[in-house]
Amino acid sequence: MTSTGTAAPADQAHRFHTIVTTVENKPGVLARVAGLFARRGFNIESLAVAPTADERFSRITFTVDVASAPLEQVVKQLDKLINVVEISELSPTESVDRELMLVTVDAAGGRRHELLELVDDFRAYVLDANQSQMMLSLAARPSRLDEFEERLRAFGIAQLQRTGRVALPSLDS
Amino acid sequence: MDMNGGQALVKALEREGTEVVFGLPGGAILPVYDPIIESPIRHILVRHEQGAGHMAEGYAHATGRPGVVMITSGPGATNVVTALCDAYMDSIPVVCITGQVAYAAIGTDAFQECDTTGITLSVTKHNFLVTEAQDIPRIIHEAFHIATTGRPGPVLVDIPKDIVDPRNPRSAMTWYEPTDDIMELPGYRPATAGDPDLVRAAAEMICRAERPVIYAGGGILKARAAAELLALAELIDVPVVTTLMARGCFPDSHELCLGMPGMHGNYTAVTAMQSSDLLIALGARFDDRVTGRLDGFAPDAKVVHVDIDAAELGKVRTPDVAIQGDCKLVIADLVEALRACGGIDAQADRRAWRSQISGWQERYPLVYEQSEPGELLKPQYVLEVLRDSTPDDTIVTSGVGQHQMWASQYWRFDHPYTWINSGGLGTMGFSVPAAIGAKVGMPDRMVWAVDGDGCFQMTAQELVTASMERIPIKVALFNNAYLGMVRQWQEMFYEERYSEVYLSYEIPDYVKWAEAMGCVALRVEAPEEVAPAINKANEIDDRPVVLEFRSSAGENVFPMVPAGQSNSDIVVDPSQR
Repeated sequence: MTSTGTAAPADQAHRFHTIVTTVENKPGVLARVAGLFARRGFNIESLAVAPTADERFSRITFTVDVASAPLEQVVKQLDKLINVVEISELSPTESVDRELMLVTVDAAGGRRHELLELVDDFRAYVLDANQSQMMLSLAARPSRLDEFEERLRAFGIAQLQRTGRVALPSLDS
Repeated sequence: MDMNGGQALVKALEREGTEVVFGLPGGAILPVYDPIIESPIRHILVRHEQGAGHMAEGYAHATGRPGVVMITSGPGATNVVTALCDAYMDSIPVVCITGQVAYAAIGTDAFQECDTTGITLSVTKHNFLVTEAQDIPRIIHEAFHIATTGRPGPVLVDIPKDIVDPRNPRSAMTWYEPTDDIMELPGYRPATAGDPDLVRAAAEMICRAERPVIYAGGGILKARAAAELLALAELIDVPVVTTLMARGCFPDSHELCLGMPGMHGNYTAVTAMQSSDLLIALGARFDDRVTGRLDGFAPDAKVVHVDIDAAELGKVRTPDVAIQGDCKLVIADLVEALRACGGIDAQADRRAWRSQISGWQERYPLVYEQSEPGELLKPQYVLEVLRDSTPDDTIVTSGVGQHQMWASQYWRFDHPYTWINSGGLGTMGFSVPAAIGAKVGMPDRMVWAVDGDGCFQMTAQELVTASMERIPIKVALFNNAYLGMVRQWQEMFYEERYSEVYLSYEIPDYVKWAEAMGCVALRVEAPEEVAPAINKANEIDDRPVVLEFRSSAGENVFPMVPAGQSNSDIVVDPSQR
């Protein structure tokens, strides 16, 4: 494993919640789920949606920045949605999460070697390159992505896209 | 059997037991209106789609069967949004069929197109956009299932024109019987029985309580649990308050009934909850109009909360015992558990509590002053005469405002499903169409719509529907020339600065208006005319009747807990201060 990134401060950790829902893979379901958050004025920090192994269902993973009590109410409301099959909140200590980042960085001339070292350190990949730029990818814990992004700023970030985190519960030991 | 989607839709509605549809045709829903001609389903042609929605609500509330609405796309759909939201807030089972432009035209700003499922997303329990004719029987079955089970509510089914139009090949389908096993609802599992351990814990808490109150909400009626509630209250000899949505679920004439709590509840109901050491909340949701300022609400009370909807448990007040389940089943289990504990003999000594309650009842009854000769009518007096001049099982509907509160206060509801009003959303104009729906569902019962002049002007056109369809409802219209409840707030909280609340006694001329809509209409101005007018109205059974009661404009509803204040700060009638 690569070394871990900086842990979030305790007061922040209790506010970020990862909610995982299994929903019917049908048109409009995402709007129903997102609508419940919007109605309460909760901002969705990150969101990832894709079909599960069973293509009748999709899994939506979202991270929200909100206190626990109103969140519990939203989770109960989400559970009432007819298209939501299952819903759970993943605690950071009992789950594994990953996120993917694609980033295009200025990499002209002299600093290219330095950049490749950084790519190695983070176990990132070079997906594309030309004379002046490189496109990199990194799949890792979201905090690790934050760190990578921070380090890349020195080179100049041209474009950046993150997927939002996906998560699964840890295996029983 | 091969058929088209329009035929399948009508047949599917018949299979769900639909006897009556409230609706109004238009372009997108036209193909469905053709097979309606051959169907045994009765269609009530409304004058505005909002009226269809409230009629379906009144029908559903009175009969316990889902109300069905059928309307067209675009403005038809947007006009029904208020009624859907009303049904959603008050958990009324309604199935609303809306026409939609052809599937291929959706999203092109076609004529009379709107995003119906998008607009109604947050005011329905669920909605569907049907894309294939073959899905119609299944989705209609799912819609009725969702509307009527668990916590009931409105379900909308949006039907593109091409899948019901026999001239379009996309409407071809093969009929199949819509049964439970073909439903595709993996995420829908309505709760039923409660957790027996929690029921036992609740029973033990009840036995120990010295000042318990049963706080009965609209969920009792939805669960059809009035008999279970009566058994529970009598077994443990505990007083019952019935919320605005629950009036009639426990007989007002029962000695344990304290009546309505809340902002305009009676002093004893409000104060008993405030002083209680255990609230047994059954199908109630701790609405802000019941609790007053939350941090001052029933400060010493523990809470047992039973609700079919898990999202209600702990939403407002953290319960000490929370039981998710159907009220009918949970209360029956609770009665068993209390019997197992020893029934009445196991209950704490509550003699002091009972005498405290009867002291409040004696000191603070509902009061009003009869009008002086020459003054206009007191609405409370009219409601008392109406109550005493009509059969015990008369169904009363109401709009929203002062007349609603007086009706709830002064009527004596001794039967469930006799009081139909707009509680959660507070929809002015609810009364007349809801009364029409109730009368259609319960043709042998007398149905009185209690209404205010402001409310009446919002949906009165449905009296044309009532006249044309021979639905003989009766309307008690309280004309006090004001938006009365708003006027009361401006008097009490805005230093009598009256802003945009005056309507006028004379315009419109309600008698002429009602007559123009095919009703018998009478104007009543003096107390001695009240009973004869009501008796005359009661004898008319072939058309709607409107009695306009010219009422005193300055009358206020008391008691009152001013908005934002604690229930302990209840303001009683001036004569009791």
